[in-house]
Amino acid sequence: MDYATALGNLAAADERMVVLTAENRVPVRGLPERLGARFVDVGIAEQTLVGMSAGLALRGRIPVAHALAAFLTMRAFEFIRTDVGLPGLPVKLVGYVPGVLSTANGPTHQALEDVALMRGIPGLRVFCPADVEDLVLGLDAVVADAAPWYIRYVDRPAPIRHSAFEIGRAEVVRMGTDVALLVAGALLREASDAATRLAATGLSVRLVNMRTLRPIDEECVVTTAQTARLIVTVEDHFRTGGLYSTVAEILARRRLRTPLDAVCLEDRWFAPALLDRVLDNERLSGSHIASRVTAAMERTDVH
Amino acid sequence: MTPAELEDLRGLALRVREHILRMTADGGCFVGASLSCADLIVYLYSRFLRISPGHLTDPQRDYLLLSKGHDVPALYATCAELGFFDVARLRRHLQPGDDLYWHPNRRIPGVEFHSGSLGHLLSVGIGVAYDARLSGHPSRVVVLLGDGELDEGSVWEALLVAQAQRLGNLVLVVDRNGVQANMRTEELTPLEPLAAKFGAFGCLARTVDGHDFTALDAVFRGAPFAADAPSVVIARTVRGKGVPSLEDRVDRWFCAFTAAEVEELVHELHGRSPAELVTAPLAVR
Repeated sequence: MDYATALGNLAAADERMVVLTAENRVPVRGLPERLGARFVDVGIAEQTLVGMSAGLALRGRIPVAHALAAFLTMRAFEFIRTDVGLPGLPVKLVGYVPGVLSTANGPTHQALEDVALMRGIPGLRVFCPADVEDLVLGLDAVVADAAPWYIRYVDRPAPIRHSAFEIGRAEVVRMGTDVALLVAGALLREASDAATRLAATGLSVRLVNMRTLRPIDEECVVTTAQTARLIVTVEDHFRTGGLYSTVAEILARRRLRTPLDAVCLEDRWFAPALLDRVLDNERLSGSHIASRVTAAMERTDVH
Repeated sequence: MTPAELEDLRGLALRVREHILRMTADGGCFVGASLSCADLIVYLYSRFLRISPGHLTDPQRDYLLLSKGHDVPALYATCAELGFFDVARLRRHLQPGDDLYWHPNRRIPGVEFHSGSLGHLLSVGIGVAYDARLSGHPSRVVVLLGDGELDEGSVWEALLVAQAQRLGNLVLVVDRNGVQANMRTEELTPLEPLAAKFGAFGCLARTVDGHDFTALDAVFRGAPFAADAPSVVIARTVRGKGVPSLEDRVDRWFCAFTAAEVEELVHELHGRSPAELVTAPLAVR
């Protein structure tokens, strides 16, 4: 099922839901017809989108608001922080084409710090689905949850068959003890490919789809740190403030010394291109990730 | 409005102003803006808004959203005087353990939403007004804005959306005191012709003396002005209104006075003392 159908089904069953967009129509196709006045397009106005959503939530509605991730989380950041986060209103913010999914749009559209920004807001929860199936599996629980959420929209097809979704529970895709790949978001496909390649070289590889970064499955991270010789986080996000930072914070707080490396976008914007070329250019393809992890293993084993 | 009703409003406004002045002690408050919108808030709660202490959660109530949050002493005082909470609580302004501080928050009965960062509550008000219409409720949503606040682009962005959604249950009230934090509006970023700007955004705008209860009544009895467009009331006011030594002064924005100075100002408010406060020491933020 696609996202718009799943969202439409939820909204059809719950009169409290209102679907909004700042003229970001692709993820909500068909919903104006299905929802009538419970669909609102505010135009290219992200601040008003968020403020209006807060007002709707104040009245008991559950707004699900859509805009491009870069403009939603950055242009409207203070509205999210002040009007949604501070009162803890159940507004669901859906950021479209986050991370590498902005492909050839260029740096203006690259949301590579969105997770850092959103998880910096007290009480705001963050869902990074790996693919459209994962997104649809988690949607019901996220919409039903009383907290505000940021959902990192993804439309890539599923590379694996997913298990049931639970907020704050990571999905262990593959068990292993040499190296653990912890993945947030759309690079699960490439990480999964990398895991297969690494296993073929004789490594025991653990692969985890983190799903929600706030709340994060801390026990899963701790178990991983206690069993693997190396953890590599995989995310299409800057190194600062995303999954790598979150895992590092947990390791520090829990006094765990497991080596930690990152496959991420370093401190710069990526060269705009179609997705396959971006993944190749940024060394985020399955084969690149496998070779980066192999190199990291070698560094780990030397020390 | 009968002469007796008018006297009641004036008496209430005088008590509200005295409360505001007393909140300038022990840490101070944004006294200039609070005094400029005091008559507006007193009028709206007394004569226009369908809100009462027993109906603070009634979904069919009217809403006042204080977008220029720093004038909240006027709202605290009006809500206290009208029985939303105990008047004695006003003495707990800025005291530890209470929530009466320099900007509004929802823990105070009568305060619908927090504010302080300017340019937010028109968009929040659009959400409230949209839902009231969707729910078939008669609620009217009044958003009180400062004129300096109109510098924020988010106000005009939201106004485009309010007009597009034809929110006839939305009423913007501008406290047009002509002064923003440290400057006169027309000397910094001119707003005039303001009514024409609102008109160009598809709103029906009317201008009124924001200290004249009879004039306010004449305007608000016809509000909202249209069923399918937002209404705007530009209320011409005077910063510091009611206390001559504070009136229309650019340097009387945030003030912290001593207890003795507050007593002088209260006497001045009631017209009993020729106090010379022009050179009084001020704590200006």
